[in-house]
Amino acid sequence: MVANFGYGALVIALLVSLYGIGAAFYGVRKNNQGWVNSARNAMLLTWPLVTLAALSIIYLLVTNHYEVEYVSSVTSNSMPFYLKVTALWGGQAGSLIFWSWLMSGFASAVTLRKWDRDREFLPWVIIVSLVTLAFFLALSIFFENPFESLWQTPTGNITKSMLMPAGAIPFIPADGSGLNPLLRHPGMIIHPPMLYLGFVSFVIPYAFAIAALVTGRTDDRWIRLTRRWTLVAWLFLSLGLLLGGRWAYDVLGWGGYWGWDPVEIAAFMPWLTGTAFLHSVMIQEKRGMLKHWNMILVILTYNLVIFGTFLTRSGVLSSVHAFAQSAIGPAFFAFIGLTFIISLSLLLRRWNELKSETQMTSMISREALFLLNNLLFMGILVVCFWGVIFPLISELFTGQKVTVGPPFYERATAPLFAGLLLLMGIAPLSAWRYTTAKTLGRAMWKPFIASLVIVGVVLLTGVRSLPALLGFWLCGFVVSVTLYEFWRGAMARHHRAGESLPLALWRLAGRNRRRYGGYIIHLGVVLMAIGIIGIEMFQTETQGALQQGERLELAGYSISFDSLANFDTPDGRNVSRAVISVFRDGNYLGELHPRRDYYYESEQNMTIPGVRSTWEDDFYVLLVDWQPISSAGATFKVYHNPLVNWLWLGGLVFILGTLVAAWPDRDPETSRATARGSAYASVKA
Amino acid sequence: MMQPSLPKFKSIGWLVLANLVLAILLFGVAHAQKSEPVGVTDDQINAVAKQLYCPVCENIPLDVCPTQACAQWRSLIGEKLAAGWSEDQIKDYFVAQYGDRVLATPPARGLNWLVYIIPPVAIILGAFILYRAMRGWRQPASASRQVETGSGSSGDEYVTRLEEELRRR
Repeated sequence: MVANFGYGALVIALLVSLYGIGAAFYGVRKNNQGWVNSARNAMLLTWPLVTLAALSIIYLLVTNHYEVEYVSSVTSNSMPFYLKVTALWGGQAGSLIFWSWLMSGFASAVTLRKWDRDREFLPWVIIVSLVTLAFFLALSIFFENPFESLWQTPTGNITKSMLMPAGAIPFIPADGSGLNPLLRHPGMIIHPPMLYLGFVSFVIPYAFAIAALVTGRTDDRWIRLTRRWTLVAWLFLSLGLLLGGRWAYDVLGWGGYWGWDPVEIAAFMPWLTGTAFLHSVMIQEKRGMLKHWNMILVILTYNLVIFGTFLTRSGVLSSVHAFAQSAIGPAFFAFIGLTFIISLSLLLRRWNELKSETQMTSMISREALFLLNNLLFMGILVVCFWGVIFPLISELFTGQKVTVGPPFYERATAPLFAGLLLLMGIAPLSAWRYTTAKTLGRAMWKPFIASLVIVGVVLLTGVRSLPALLGFWLCGFVVSVTLYEFWRGAMARHHRAGESLPLALWRLAGRNRRRYGGYIIHLGVVLMAIGIIGIEMFQTETQGALQQGERLELAGYSISFDSLANFDTPDGRNVSRAVISVFRDGNYLGELHPRRDYYYESEQNMTIPGVRSTWEDDFYVLLVDWQPISSAGATFKVYHNPLVNWLWLGGLVFILGTLVAAWPDRDPETSRATARGSAYASVKA
Repeated sequence: MMQPSLPKFKSIGWLVLANLVLAILLFGVAHAQKSEPVGVTDDQINAVAKQLYCPVCENIPLDVCPTQACAQWRSLIGEKLAAGWSEDQIKDYFVAQYGDRVLATPPARGLNWLVYIIPPVAIILGAFILYRAMRGWRQPASASRQVETGSGSSGDEYVTRLEEELRRR
């Protein structure tokens, strides 16, 4: 009953979306605002409809309606309430509904804004949003329907469908198979919504870009309108990636945070183009250049968002054959192809109108360095894209599957990331339009000397690896430059306006939150880079079987195995929990409890590390194996991860910087009106 | 009189040297044998397993894969190491059994060359296009030299530029 209701809401939402697309087209053609307003109402109606569908699934999930196939595949009696709710995005079919729900919410929020100055954009923003929404709704309705029920046919087979097959009887399992244990982690509960929020909010700048292309309004209005949307999208995507890394570190039990898995890369690719876009739009705003390139970047970002969802949802990563057999894969493929071709043809149509207004004057000006930054981001994108699709190409043409694993990505992207860090140090010091090597050198020498001091300190700690020293120097250089920029700005205000330094700093950042938020983001990136250099270049590991009381040593630490307990928990787990003592240079530091959880329902193991975290390092212990009969011995894998916590701290600073940059300003139109008002008042006076 | 003893001395010298070399070699061998444990350590197994991927657990290196099948692969690596196989021999064995996909990166041959060639070619091409475009956009620098000065200019100029940038946003 509820399943039919939810399905009905979905179908109506699709019909309303299709109507909205038609009405908006008709309104534009006939130049009739009434039809456009009707399309806008249709857009607004989709959100409550998809909300009803999502609430229906949540109701079915929390009330254990196992006759619904999706419910029985992602929940079970033993799961707590909150996990049953979040199981909405724990499986394929539910997560597509969740995608649609966020999409309709965001698109509705956009249509609610004031459109007085940009009325010609409205129908096209509605059309792009609704086409995207309709595509995802259609996927849910025709291919991945979460409302399908289980039926037992006369031959005893279990099938799923919306309507009862002839002669079949309803099949109601007593319990479900439960959510994948890997997903029962707080990080995994927040991580997918963050990524999806990032994905869907990137649709909005794309919709405005297409609107600008179609209407021929090719100034930078679309960029100014979507500046905050883009930052918010980027914030969510960054948060999603960070949470994913933390989740991997805490749950996956391999001592790392990023494994260059295609699923990770799928979310990383739109982030790369989004980051390049955030930088290059500044060139268009300040210098009226790169209009083509910004269009290309926003089109690429949108298509990579869909491509990322396609990679993770179509089964194509397991095998191209799985992709060909599933119906959802070709549908995605066709949609990506179609939107890409249409977007590019629109861009080509407007190519001549998008010519730069000014010229490049210096090869080391800020805009030239931003372009180099874009080149490096695109380079990383090419490496990622090619690494992900090459196994598919190989399988398609040679029948042979190959693995493109971390060594490929690490070797190919490390110099590009280093180049980005270097630019992060140089670009803030170069001026827009005209910079010479001399002026740049004059601005750079103080931070450069400061960064050499940092290298000296690192050398004193005994580090001799050249790549590591180079990495630390780059980090030191960017930090010096960034702090120097804050210092110079604050000092200038201090001298000019006589403000105290903290006040000067506060007001300086407040005057241009995007600029100084950006610098905070750079500081966050550097802290993350320190953590990454630490774990990537200096991680050590060892593994050994210990009897009770025996010790295992690594990097000045040692562990001794004290005991192991094995017990069942009410939520359907069998837990094997070891107690180990940790020592450093012979001094007792405390206990750690690495454990292994076996989930009865899904017959899966989870390895939860015992971690001792400090700013210097993480001592990360995994329970690999044990002897269940005697409980006397166990095998542990131990990782020493130097500096890794700087990665998480950097992540927090990064998010803080993004919040500063995205924080709403006073509405410029209102403030301009106020300024005009006061000027008028003074003239009258 | 001394003449005949010289070769003798020489030969003794050579002998001592030869013995020294032999002693060093033997010490080295003995030391190596001493440092090599009778069994194979987990770390030795993991060092090889780290470079391999099983065909079922996609993208999870063998040293950290929790499945039973991967545990069997690891013990197989242990057996091969105990039998004196080298790292490369073990990797070749797994490739022969399960195909190239067990390796962390595709072996550089045939179509696989593309995986290594395309990214640098694309980046160099991108750099070339960017260089050409920048040259195309460039105008004589003197035209704008007076318009705006660089960042390293004196304090007042820096403040003016900063104020200008903050105002324009």
